[in-house]
Amino acid sequence: MSTAVRPQLAACPGCVAAPNGTIEQAPTEARLALSLPSIHCQACISTVERGLNAVPGVRSARVNLTLKRALIEADPEVRALDLVPVLERLGFEAHELNLAALNATQTDQAGRELLMRLAVAFFASMNVMLLSISVWSGASDATRDMFHWISAAITFPAILFAGQPFFRNAWQALRVGRLNMDVPIVLAIVLALLTSLWETSLSGEHAYFDAALTLTFFLLAGRYLDHRTRAVARSAAEELAALEVPRALRLDSAGQPVEVAVADLVIDDHILVRPGGRMPVDGVVLEGQSELDRSLLTGETLPVFAEAGSLISAGEVNLTGPLVVGATAVGTQSSLHQLADLVAIAESGRSRYTSLADRAAKLYAPGVHILSALAFLGWYLFTFDLRVALNIAAAVLIITCPCALGLAVPAVTTAASGRLFKKGMLIKHSTALERLAEVDTVVFDKTGTLTNGTPQCDDFALLSPQDQQLAYALALGSDHPLSAAICRAAEQAGVRPAVVTGLQEVTGFGTEASYHDRQVRLGRAAWVGAEPGAKTAAYLDSGAGRAQALTFSDSLRPGAAEAVEALQKANKNVWLISGDTEGAVRDLAERLKIQHWIASALPQDKSDCVAELSEQGQRVLMVGDGLNDTAALAAAHVSISPASALDAARVASDIVLLGQDLAPIAEACVVAQKATYRIRENFRIATLYNVIAVPLAVAGLATPLVAALAMSTSSITVSLNALRLR
Amino acid sequence: MSVLSYLIPISLFLGGIGLVGFLYTVRSNQYDDPEGDARRILNDEWDDHPKP
Repeated sequence: MSTAVRPQLAACPGCVAAPNGTIEQAPTEARLALSLPSIHCQACISTVERGLNAVPGVRSARVNLTLKRALIEADPEVRALDLVPVLERLGFEAHELNLAALNATQTDQAGRELLMRLAVAFFASMNVMLLSISVWSGASDATRDMFHWISAAITFPAILFAGQPFFRNAWQALRVGRLNMDVPIVLAIVLALLTSLWETSLSGEHAYFDAALTLTFFLLAGRYLDHRTRAVARSAAEELAALEVPRALRLDSAGQPVEVAVADLVIDDHILVRPGGRMPVDGVVLEGQSELDRSLLTGETLPVFAEAGSLISAGEVNLTGPLVVGATAVGTQSSLHQLADLVAIAESGRSRYTSLADRAAKLYAPGVHILSALAFLGWYLFTFDLRVALNIAAAVLIITCPCALGLAVPAVTTAASGRLFKKGMLIKHSTALERLAEVDTVVFDKTGTLTNGTPQCDDFALLSPQDQQLAYALALGSDHPLSAAICRAAEQAGVRPAVVTGLQEVTGFGTEASYHDRQVRLGRAAWVGAEPGAKTAAYLDSGAGRAQALTFSDSLRPGAAEAVEALQKANKNVWLISGDTEGAVRDLAERLKIQHWIASALPQDKSDCVAELSEQGQRVLMVGDGLNDTAALAAAHVSISPASALDAARVASDIVLLGQDLAPIAEACVVAQKATYRIRENFRIATLYNVIAVPLAVAGLATPLVAALAMSTSSITVSLNALRLR
Repeated sequence: MSVLSYLIPISLFLGGIGLVGFLYTVRSNQYDDPEGDARRILNDEWDDHPKP
């Protein structure tokens, strides 16, 4: 599959937001999965399902419109590759998905568990709240006691089930001697429950069962939002990975190609790589001549010649001729994988960034505990009544408990990620938004990032009409990217191909044919007898005198110019660092008005440059797609890669750009800044509310009614504030 | 007072039915394809004959 035709994912976050999995009636053990990026309505569902069910061997097919996917249960001999043309005839773009890579998203167990706990907490809190309202509105004596006992009977099992995520996290933190947000939460819940039970048994007036439950409910809601945001990003990222079905053609002992999974290849296997295919392994060319596209690995736009004896590495694309490759390193040993592993190590350095929420929690947790301990001590020394002192300490813990804090960050990041997802950006890392907001320098890679990596023929129009026809005819004989560019230019100009005979491709050199008894050629400078120029060019020898050069330049990605301009307007330094030759890079920098540029950069140079900028105190955003960018992507403060990037680059980056358009990058910076501003604003709201409520609680004036009102008000305020971001 | 002795259990029971219903829908994957399910009701394939 070519990397260019990647489906645009659903435009709205709702389309992929739901927990994933198979429907009850759907094939229980789907054997095949197809991605259907273009389906959107009921008619599409019916057509696809009917079409697939009509294929012999298909037992059942079910479309999931939310995920834009079809799950098919079929006999073992049915292959996804046979079903794709069926759907294409029906007018639907279809891509095979690698089910093994998708398995993690098939059932979202964690999300489902959170949802159930959320439901239980909601049910219990609503019932207990009804009983509490009766108490607050005047139930007294035996009735109040009975209501309290019923509340206790509902609350204990409900909290035991619903609060488990907090208990577990708090226990894990305490075991290694740390404090996290969950420790004060658990302490508040447990203390509230125990004092309430004690009060109830002494037929006291105040019980905080409802507060303990609503606290759990609000915090679970925050947890669930947080989980869902990340699940959306994860499932979309996994779908991107699953689109690359790794297959290779292995030559068996008789020299016949057999299709096998890349995972089954071993060293010394002979592998046939057809033109257009990607190298599955590191190896050495045994037979054949061809040209290789190394742009994803090195950033070079020009194809590299390869013949028997040349070394190749995994990820390079074979362009013109079939090659037989002897594998020297496979799977995790291949250079591609080793780089990805290096990146994974570099990435762990990223986790050193503490999010705003964690920083707030670090200040918050000890503060709250000290405050409540002081309240306890003060009241005990004042009244010598253990019951009163404990009640007040519990009230302080409940009132200060971070419902607002627990909701503030997830609500804002969910709203912001949803907004960016609509624009075609996928936030992978939980602190990516906060880091993106601090960016003041943007480093772009050239090939595949600012440009499409597909050449565009610049001076086709300068040829005489006859030569244009001839060039078109010769270009049709090859799949080489330069030939494809000539074909595109010819089609745009409305040129018809000349009638030539004996058209044939000379692998690695070009195409030749005879035209009116003349030998005509299109290809390399040396081959047609011309002087090679500085720019990327193909040479047309029309058999009449000297050859003519056709020069090429890389076409700009849509939105690239807008993105660079908007970033510069926002006072960010824009850099262009590329592994390509100086001429091509200078050309592009001038076109986009980028002042700082570096050409012929090796992967090490790129990451060094990013590190140097960081040392100067700049926060660097790296945008890149190739293997040569991965080190720089991991070294940067925050990184973005397009969906067409290699897997390793996508893994290394915090944000994936799903569409072709680059323009959302500038907007993402603005949204991220707004989001962090909202998070801080929410913290301020929460602090303000604590400043008002805590003295009340310490003074012993916080009744359960006041606690419930204050808690709900602050939670709802921060949620509404987060929604303003949408 | 006596009215409470049956109203509270009834309200808990009804709420419990709702909760169990919700848990059932979560467990049987009914939230997997909300978009598709919303569109499937427009399918007229089974209008005249119920689904076999």
